[in-house]
Amino acid sequence: MKNDIILAGVGGQGILSIAAIIGYAAVQSGLYLKQAEVHGMSQRGGDVQSHLRLSSNDIASDLIPEGKADMIIAVEPMESLRYLPFLGPEGWLITNTEPFVNIPDYPDKEDVLQEIRKLPRHVALDADTIAGEIGTKKAANVVILGAASPFIDIPFEKLEDAIRFLFGKKGEDLVDINLKALRAGREVAKKDAVK
Amino acid sequence: MHKLLLLGDEAIAQAGIDAGMSGIFAYPGTPSTEITEYVRASKEAKTKGIAANWAANEKTAAEQALGMSYAGKRAMTCMKHVGLNVAADVFLNAAITGANGGLIFVVADDPSMHSSQNEQDSRVYGKFAMVPILEPSNQQEAYDMVHDGFDISEKLQVPVMLRITTRLAHSRAGVVRKDERPQNQFKLPEDLRQFILLPAIARKRYQLLLDNQPKFQKLSEESGYNQYINGDDHSMGIIACGLAFNYLMENYPDRKVPYPVVKVSQYPLPKQHIEKLYNACDKILVLEEGYPVVEEMLQGFLNHGKKIMGRLDGSLPRTGELNPNHVGKALGFPQPEIAEIPSLVAKRPPSLCKGCPHADSFIGLNEALEEYGKGRVFSDIGCYTLSALPPYESINTCVDMGASITMAKGAADAGMHPAVAVIGDSTFTHSGITGLLDAVNDNSNITVIILDNATTGMTGGQPSSAFEKIDDICKGIGVEEEHIRVIKPLRKQHEENTNILKEELAYKGVSVIIARRECIVTLNKRMRQKFKDKQKSTT
Repeated sequence: MKNDIILAGVGGQGILSIAAIIGYAAVQSGLYLKQAEVHGMSQRGGDVQSHLRLSSNDIASDLIPEGKADMIIAVEPMESLRYLPFLGPEGWLITNTEPFVNIPDYPDKEDVLQEIRKLPRHVALDADTIAGEIGTKKAANVVILGAASPFIDIPFEKLEDAIRFLFGKKGEDLVDINLKALRAGREVAKKDAVK
Repeated sequence: MHKLLLLGDEAIAQAGIDAGMSGIFAYPGTPSTEITEYVRASKEAKTKGIAANWAANEKTAAEQALGMSYAGKRAMTCMKHVGLNVAADVFLNAAITGANGGLIFVVADDPSMHSSQNEQDSRVYGKFAMVPILEPSNQQEAYDMVHDGFDISEKLQVPVMLRITTRLAHSRAGVVRKDERPQNQFKLPEDLRQFILLPAIARKRYQLLLDNQPKFQKLSEESGYNQYINGDDHSMGIIACGLAFNYLMENYPDRKVPYPVVKVSQYPLPKQHIEKLYNACDKILVLEEGYPVVEEMLQGFLNHGKKIMGRLDGSLPRTGELNPNHVGKALGFPQPEIAEIPSLVAKRPPSLCKGCPHADSFIGLNEALEEYGKGRVFSDIGCYTLSALPPYESINTCVDMGASITMAKGAADAGMHPAVAVIGDSTFTHSGITGLLDAVNDNSNITVIILDNATTGMTGGQPSSAFEKIDDICKGIGVEEEHIRVIKPLRKQHEENTNILKEELAYKGVSVIIARRECIVTLNKRMRQKFKDKQKSTT
């Protein structure tokens, strides 16, 4: 088993939380893991990415080679496209459709979505709205993780356990919201991927 | 076996706690910050009484570590690569005094300049100081090397450098802990003159350092971190240093490299392994993160030997960090066809946060400077450096910690008026005070704006050494009281603030404007915590 995942977004959007959930679940599943993340300057509203590698065998590089990623998981649509050079020929792109606009020259949203739709394997969903309906837009990152979950070779229950563990300290309400967010994202992906 | 999932930085911190370290001394700097943060947050470290406070700068930090080593205890000092420039004086001289308790300099380089102004390679410094260098290839080695580093340091009475790069510092992997060991007891150096570098003693100590070089060499030859790995194809031999070893292995999914390989993770370079490789192979490929240090050594000045490939001959890029693709290309593997980034994808540079006090300061400064024109603002290292970018485009320099004040002074001495320095509170106490003293002593025509957000913001909000001290420091070094002005950078006070700025820009002499408002990030964090505490107390 091997999953090479690029996580993409803007500083502060919660991609490190996604990494932490998958990471915890992977370790609990007895998998090897390496996860390179970005700290420092870029965290101030710049583009951020994380290379997350899971494998049943030992992992050499902390970085995923270009053209080899199994999936890109993005909490922001334009950011999902920034890492296309990493995506392998059979790879999936799972992304939020809601732009995070903090630059003056952000492209037209419809053009961005058009680029995403060009990809043969993609799941695009409005995670902000889904998360908002569940209780808080802040859980959009977990909705996206849910949408990516069918493509990650870790039992879904392990991801749920990871949320219980990682959000447990912050209260039962937050655990509930994030579990709902995870399941809601997964439902969308299942419907979409069948299409 | 139970594994901890740790960043490279955290692995080093945990190792320090486990290996009987008594103190860690540092100034925050990406990518080294998380080492000290981890120790500061660790309950274990607290129970063990490990000293872990932020220092005013890397030099004061390293000197504290050296003092702890003098007292016989194990100490670690951590810094980013350019931080070692600040601590270079103590680093090079600590190599001469030697250590008593184990002493490790952890230096985190930043190739590709993710969060830095250059990509200098600290191995050059290590060689300069003639001390052993450890360079882990993964998080487990980073952990293990702290234990071994302390052992080497105590056995050979020498400071040891642990050199990492961004990618290892900020990448997580499973790490297995070793048995804990107790801290050292207080114990003075056997020779009470060991640390007195008067010329007569320094000459002896320097000779000792030179005499010890063969011992460092022997350690490297025998080190388990350096390995000769056989291969049948002798058309090429490979030297892979530190993290580069992983990129090599990534290109061979079965982990079997057909060429002989020397894995290097401890310096001085293991001569026997490398000589064996050189003699056995037709040409040598050197893979190293940072400068072409090993490549240059092998090539020599005249380059008359076998072909040496690496960053200098174009087999690998001359600058930036390595990756599996760069290494694959150098090995002659065809690279996969990759998709291009669609042209509509716009750059998204970092920017000042919404509600950042610096934003209001720069809007005011821009307006106050309008009548003088552009090109007069010397700035420094911190979040506020982002004001170089649109929409502010306020500053004209960013060189090194503290250079804003001194460069403004130099320009003022050249006749520029107004000459403005913009510096953060933490940077001011790091390296700005002495420059301001120079300006006061020369009565230079400079206006210094100290952006006091009560924290070290860029690295994640560590406490600032300057907290609640800036006004008194300025008074104490002789800035006239009527030209120490405090403003609160808020939009609603824009006009009032701009007028104060204009007044002080016009003044001929040293003036200081302290723009004081808490960092929006630490403020939000504090408010959330307050809210939580309140909830707790009511339930």
